[in-house]
Amino acid sequence: MEDHSCGGIDHLDRRTLLKMAGLSGLSWLTPVATALARNNQRIPTKKPLSVIILWLEGAPSQLETFDPHPGTKIAAGSKAIKTKAPGIMLGDGLVQTAEQMESISIVRALTSREGDHQRAIYNVKTGFRPDPTLKHPAIGSIICHQLNNERDQAMQVPRHISILPSQLPGRGGYLGDQFDAFKVGDPVNRVSDITSHVDKSRQSKRLQSLRYLDSNFLKKNASNKAIAGSLGDFNTKAALDMMSSDQLAAFNVNEAPKALLTSFGETPFGRSCLAALQLIETGVRCVEVTLGGWDTHANNHELQGKRIKILDPAFASLISELKKRDLFDSTIVLCGGEFGRTPHLNPLGGRDHWPHGFSIALAGGGIAGGRVIGETHSAPPKGEKRPRKLLKNPHPIEDIHATVLHQLGIDFHQELNTPVGRPLAICEGQPIKELLG
Amino acid sequence: MNSFIRNAVFLGAIGLGIAILWAMLPTDATLATPATFRPNSNAQSTIRKVAAEVDAAFKGDWQKQNITPVGLADDLNVVRRLYLALNGTIPSVQEIRAIENIEPDQRVHYCVSRLLEDGRTHDYLAERYTRAFVGVEAGPFLLYRRRRFANWLAKEIKANRPYDELVRQLVSDDGIWTDSPAVNFYTRNIIPDSGKEDKPDPVLLAGRTSRAFLATRIDCLQCHDDFTDEIHVGDPDSPRGGEQTDFHHLAAFFGGTRNSFFGIHDIENDDASWKYQLLHDDTETEIEAMVPWQSELQPEQGPLRDQLAGWITHAENRPFARAAVNRLWAIMTGKPLVDPVDNIPLSGPFPAAMETLANDFINSQFDLQRMIEVIAETRAFRLQSDSQFEITQQHHDANAVFPLTRLRPEQMAGAVIQASSLSAINNDAHVIRRLGKALEQMEFVSRYGDPGENEFDQRGETVTQKLLMFNGEMINRRISDGSMSSAHIADLSPDTDSTIETVFLATLTRRPSEEEMKWFKQRFALQKNQSEAVTDLYWSLINSLEFGWNH
Repeated sequence: MEDHSCGGIDHLDRRTLLKMAGLSGLSWLTPVATALARNNQRIPTKKPLSVIILWLEGAPSQLETFDPHPGTKIAAGSKAIKTKAPGIMLGDGLVQTAEQMESISIVRALTSREGDHQRAIYNVKTGFRPDPTLKHPAIGSIICHQLNNERDQAMQVPRHISILPSQLPGRGGYLGDQFDAFKVGDPVNRVSDITSHVDKSRQSKRLQSLRYLDSNFLKKNASNKAIAGSLGDFNTKAALDMMSSDQLAAFNVNEAPKALLTSFGETPFGRSCLAALQLIETGVRCVEVTLGGWDTHANNHELQGKRIKILDPAFASLISELKKRDLFDSTIVLCGGEFGRTPHLNPLGGRDHWPHGFSIALAGGGIAGGRVIGETHSAPPKGEKRPRKLLKNPHPIEDIHATVLHQLGIDFHQELNTPVGRPLAICEGQPIKELLG
Repeated sequence: MNSFIRNAVFLGAIGLGIAILWAMLPTDATLATPATFRPNSNAQSTIRKVAAEVDAAFKGDWQKQNITPVGLADDLNVVRRLYLALNGTIPSVQEIRAIENIEPDQRVHYCVSRLLEDGRTHDYLAERYTRAFVGVEAGPFLLYRRRRFANWLAKEIKANRPYDELVRQLVSDDGIWTDSPAVNFYTRNIIPDSGKEDKPDPVLLAGRTSRAFLATRIDCLQCHDDFTDEIHVGDPDSPRGGEQTDFHHLAAFFGGTRNSFFGIHDIENDDASWKYQLLHDDTETEIEAMVPWQSELQPEQGPLRDQLAGWITHAENRPFARAAVNRLWAIMTGKPLVDPVDNIPLSGPFPAAMETLANDFINSQFDLQRMIEVIAETRAFRLQSDSQFEITQQHHDANAVFPLTRLRPEQMAGAVIQASSLSAINNDAHVIRRLGKALEQMEFVSRYGDPGENEFDQRGETVTQKLLMFNGEMINRRISDGSMSSAHIADLSPDTDSTIETVFLATLTRRPSEEEMKWFKQRFALQKNQSEAVTDLYWSLINSLEFGWNH
């Protein structure tokens, strides 16, 4: 007798799985998503690896943060401080971060072709320039799509989270909405939409009626094989599991020791960094924490300084706490924004958009610390038409993605079939070798 | 003085409260008959004749493929589909009751007439077309006014401006983006901080023009010749594979388009030419403006953009009509005739029904409202989404079954908001109610996740969305025990049967089955507080699969 069985889930090609996962709204808990990720997991990892992105939206000035040029004309009075890493200097507000510099590396000559906030955010978060025909997934979505081991399957809270999200949190793109970041606000408050508005008894009665209605609808549509797998109440269980999960405690920083909270800075961003740490500890794969307000077209030094005061204790404490909790080697921390700011001040004392040599800091997850990769010019002529020519060892933004994905053991060269029918590599960059080992 | 201010604030607060309460109450006891509702008129018989031709085209396909179509859906189910398709919401109880008073064979005509006169329809359709023409992103600050563009489109849709005229204006208009809203089609394609803020990007414009107006995805040709054998251009009777130059020939129509203090305009000097370094070249080449097929349809005179607009909208340029048919079919049913909605290969095959609709669209001078009426009158639109026999992918592909699709975020928000009100929250509703609806809808869509331009891609519900439906503030506010709808229904219904029936009509646009009535009557009997019972019924119905899927 001819065997018509497909031979199990492994037999399905990636495109079929993608479509099924997307169409049926499967969550991070579903067997199909699991099989898909297993299928893609070419390089086994010894430890679960996670990423925390400190997303500085609005674009920080590299000259006041990770790439100071003290005493030069472009510094325009900005000062720098020495760090624990010999020869590396930081903007003078990053005092606590300087103490952790042996664990942090900086890529200083990053480039992109996007000078508009919205387009550049897309570019930096996805590693691709905006494409009208295709929405690319953010790095957190790729990680959740590609990595899915037993620990992931035990997760009852989303594995991709955006705290204090801006208008453009990480999204699943062509991988599907189920890989969108779950958005939460200041962790001093309860997570939205997680608590029922009625008591348990009443909620139970509501759910009984819901199950009754859904079972009728499913019966009525049982013969519709064209939509098989798309209809179902699988997400109801996942939602209810999450509503009653102990893992929700990871969002709550109110129980943390006062000294710990203080060390992160008593700000929404600081608290969010602590929550990110707790979430990673619980098994979340990617947390993005946003600190906005860096778009300093006027009064650059003062406004950047205020943001740096919020960033510094949070970033430094995050590194320090990851080490204390033995999570540093399994967690990559990224810190940066969508581009940098112009070397020369404008007449309003501001710095404008500058994608021709900006910085991102990386730490943890096996990435070497205390290194600087790339160099920007200390005296670029004003109005230089080809500013990239002045960079030493420049890297396009997609190289940051390649580096992170490589460290996570993800085969980023593999091509996925996209919904438009075009196979596309997960990432088109190359790992930055100087950061590895 | 202080007491005077306190008293004034107190009286103001009371006044506002009264205004809100008044706004929440149903205003119309009866509904006015739509002016365009003309049963048994010549216009109606013409529309039904075209719909019958579309039916025959589908029937031919089904017979060829040996497919048995499913049966017809009941009237209220079709009414629900029409409201979701054109209005982005579901009918109110008041509207359902008015529709039930209409002769059964005139109900679709009545609904379409009513909806086409409803401002919500103009706004909702305008948003769909705005997504296709300019996308959903915020775009360049100051230079781009998406809201202005959508409002202009809504006015044009209300006026039923011929679609070819509308597209000609989009492609060829000049002026400032605030005074001439159509030029936002151009300013949307200016890339901020690129050093080229005076020049809408010809590459983006070529890709957008081709996809939105011709349903042809040629974006890949920007960088290289087609190697997938999926992009076809040239003679429609004998198409050839697309080449990189084809893309840039199209982009060259926009090479001289500029933005300045005076808005969008064309220049006529050496800078107007389009230069591009092709894949295997070492230098840039000046590329001539040429259309990708049927160049004989291109007007010989006039500015380049006018020539392009004339060619795109030419009655013999069938991809233009097909693109419009495919998009409107997708808007109305949730699934395009050819998927994806913006890519109908020049080489075909073309569904016979698409060709019939395209013929009528061209013959009717590109009358969008007429095409809406024709589609609504087709048998395919009225088919059930379920059946006693097995429905296969073949049924789905051949439109022998109505596609079961998840409500898009605005439809979900619109349906929840409408379900909690017995009368329609339309443009006749009080401004406070409309404003409240708009704000709630915006917040809900933001949290639910906007699919953006790819709104016809099939996608399932995520856990995040499920949580928002279970516990979200908007739903709680709309259905809670203290809300107007729950309290109103609980207080005014003469008995439990009519309460349950009213909530079913308000949410699922149908009456409960006997078995359902029995189930929920038992639930009501167990609850002392009837308002709570109504709220719980609302919650279960709004969270049900039946509510969340267009069926």
